[in-house]
Amino acid sequence: MPGPLADVTVLDLTQYITGPYATKLLADFGADVIKIERPGGDPARQLPPFKGGEPHPEKSGTFFFFNTNKRSVVLDLKSPAGRDAFGRLLDRADIVVESFRPGVLDRLGLGWDYVKSRRPNVPLVSITNFGQDSPYADYKGSDLVLYGFAGEMYSMGIASRGPVKMYGTAALVESGAAASTAIMGALMVGRGQGVGQHVDFAIADSHFGGVDRRHATVIAYQYSGRKTPRPEGGAQGLANGVYPCADGFVEFAVAYIRPDRLADMLGKPDWFDDPKWTVPGASANPDLIEEFNGNFLVWLVQRTKREVFAEARRAKVLCGPLFTVEEMFADEHFRGRGFWQPVEHAELGAFEMPGRPFTMPASPWEIRRPAPLLGEHTREVLSEAGLAGAELDALVGVPA
Amino acid sequence: MATLPLAGIRVVDLCVVWAGPFATMLLGDLGAEVIKVENPFVFQPMTRGGMARPPAPVLPALVAWSGGYPNSQPGPRPWNYCPTFVQVYRNKKSFTVDLRRPEGMEILRRLIEKSDVVVENNAVDTLSKLGVTYDWLKTIKDDIIMVRIPAYGLSGPYSEARALGTHLESVMGHTLLRGYPDLDPSNNTTIFSGDYMSGTQGALAVMMALWHRQRTGEGQLIEVAQAENASPMFAQAFMDYTLNGNVQGATGNQSVHGFVPSGVYPCVSLGTPQEAGDHWISITVTSDEEWQALRHEMGDPEWTAGLDSAAARLAAQDQVDESIAAWTAQFEDYDLFHRLQAAGVPCAPVLEASRVLDDAHVNARGLYKKQRLYDDIGEHQYTTPFYRFPETPATVYQPPVAFGEHNEYVYKEVLGVDEEEYERLRDAGHISMDYDASVP
Repeated sequence: MPGPLADVTVLDLTQYITGPYATKLLADFGADVIKIERPGGDPARQLPPFKGGEPHPEKSGTFFFFNTNKRSVVLDLKSPAGRDAFGRLLDRADIVVESFRPGVLDRLGLGWDYVKSRRPNVPLVSITNFGQDSPYADYKGSDLVLYGFAGEMYSMGIASRGPVKMYGTAALVESGAAASTAIMGALMVGRGQGVGQHVDFAIADSHFGGVDRRHATVIAYQYSGRKTPRPEGGAQGLANGVYPCADGFVEFAVAYIRPDRLADMLGKPDWFDDPKWTVPGASANPDLIEEFNGNFLVWLVQRTKREVFAEARRAKVLCGPLFTVEEMFADEHFRGRGFWQPVEHAELGAFEMPGRPFTMPASPWEIRRPAPLLGEHTREVLSEAGLAGAELDALVGVPA
Repeated sequence: MATLPLAGIRVVDLCVVWAGPFATMLLGDLGAEVIKVENPFVFQPMTRGGMARPPAPVLPALVAWSGGYPNSQPGPRPWNYCPTFVQVYRNKKSFTVDLRRPEGMEILRRLIEKSDVVVENNAVDTLSKLGVTYDWLKTIKDDIIMVRIPAYGLSGPYSEARALGTHLESVMGHTLLRGYPDLDPSNNTTIFSGDYMSGTQGALAVMMALWHRQRTGEGQLIEVAQAENASPMFAQAFMDYTLNGNVQGATGNQSVHGFVPSGVYPCVSLGTPQEAGDHWISITVTSDEEWQALRHEMGDPEWTAGLDSAAARLAAQDQVDESIAAWTAQFEDYDLFHRLQAAGVPCAPVLEASRVLDDAHVNARGLYKKQRLYDDIGEHQYTTPFYRFPETPATVYQPPVAFGEHNEYVYKEVLGVDEEEYERLRDAGHISMDYDASVP
């Protein structure tokens, strides 16, 4: 059964993390994503972790993850022959996605004016740090830089230290997920109405306008004048935060809003009968918190994180165990649901990776091919576009 | 005249908290008519507030983005402007109906008949208890698209577990992967990045399902299990484990790709961290060329000798960070930002929320727009869609919606309810702009 986008061809000029995650989502749901790489390849091929730890352009776990189901075509867009081949590919594409700095594609002669003149119905989606027309349009970014600026990183961590980011490139992946909706929207207008357009997607904007706290801190300041500083650290309130247990940590949140459930979880149904626990403000009363923690911490350290989680599930209390990646990989819930996807790759061998972002039974997610080797599909794809003979040989690097 | 991609699509929004409402807001931004179904007798915790009517004395004890109501007062209808949630109500309509009663379910049935998509992210058993299942929806409209966004999935031992985004991050490994490497994870601030992921990808799923329906005439039930959906955020950690058996730990602000320096450095501050007056700049050097640029801007200090290679900088990471911090502390963050960027060094101020509306980028891009809500709480700046589609502009056509603001429209215009039936439903309590007095 083909994925929903099996009738879509994407010309993908994106590099690194954000753009490739957006186009991976389309590729994994059936789109033919033609990844155009410069000679030497997407710089993400140089990013760790590498299989075995040694840098190698075909052994990057980062590149692999973000490029499944794509076909790799190496083109030197600075050469007339490369640009001509790009035009031939554009003739067969439904959408173009790129992540160069603003102006780069124009300077290559392949920007929006070119796309529009050759294929007026085909949208061009540009993914950049700050957008095409920002006063910071030319500024450089990174996961840390963009998230610190546009996301709610300032209030993460503790007051006695500086702000601290999310893991790895989490913020860029979020923006990739947001960008995928922009691509899909542009595609719908392009195909459905025959209207192409140059969509300007800025990573920074997708964090200012995202859902993880920033929208709320900015409006709270306007409403009340209250700022959101970093906290002093540690769990706060009644069963609210990260707590130690027998073999690690567990996280609770606002468990006090359902004291009946919390009491049930602790196996002490009458624990919160005293009205002092439920008067407004009780969860912020330091004396009550100390009294509660005296009992709660004893209960926690007698149990493993899985045991605490099981009791919380039974009593419907908001709780999660702090797993390592290894523990999540082994966990029976995700194993049983078939989340992990087996894959095979010429250089990386056989292994498992995180699977579908969502299930679509009538048009399923599927790994049809691993991430491509550099230029693996140059000949194949350019042949499909009608190139042949010496012209094709020259483009795939066969000496004349 | 071109129209927005989802013009003509009607979405029934049965969502709670952040993930689902964010998904439907994006669909609304892209032109869908999103109709929130709300109940005057049931207050979904963490959807229009922690509670419907929080007592004023409690608010200061809550974190600002939860307790920071207008002028720190709950006012007459706090559910319409709780700072935690108000910003995910843009470009939606809201109507009320009590789904616990048969005539309420009949109203929902009539709405489904005229809709294309249903989105929900409640605890797994919540809607099935009401009888709202995909099978039921299909009997009403054969090609209906239903997107469910449960925490852990519709099946498996954790399917019934109660969770907010932060718990899913714990389970997926994020809470042990982020934060200060030398402190325990209780120092990690509660965050909700999984809501961002499943919200955006829930919207993507709807669009892909519409694409499929267009071609085949077929609807489907989509499951976005949040604890699976968000795992790509930790791609490098999963790949390092699956390829090499490495179990990564917290790396603070260090680059997962080995770029040095990568950190957050102090600038001239206006106040203490407790009053949110401390200023910081983040810097990531991603190449030797950028390192030379930074070095030059710092005036080629002696300590930079011998650090030309990434490997050398990695080996001296702590010393590099300390020395850069001593240098940045002399400057205003925005001054340093423009200066270093002009030299080609990736960096930016770590922007505290109260400074956002003063930023040149935010204003040039129109990321916020002054709006008035249904309730008279004055004019404030609310977020705008992050889509820049020149031919089919995504705009704010409905400011964050009040509870029941579109009762007349939905009942009369969409469902064709006549005046007599409308009054009967109103008298029975289905139609209201207030939560019932029994709701705390």
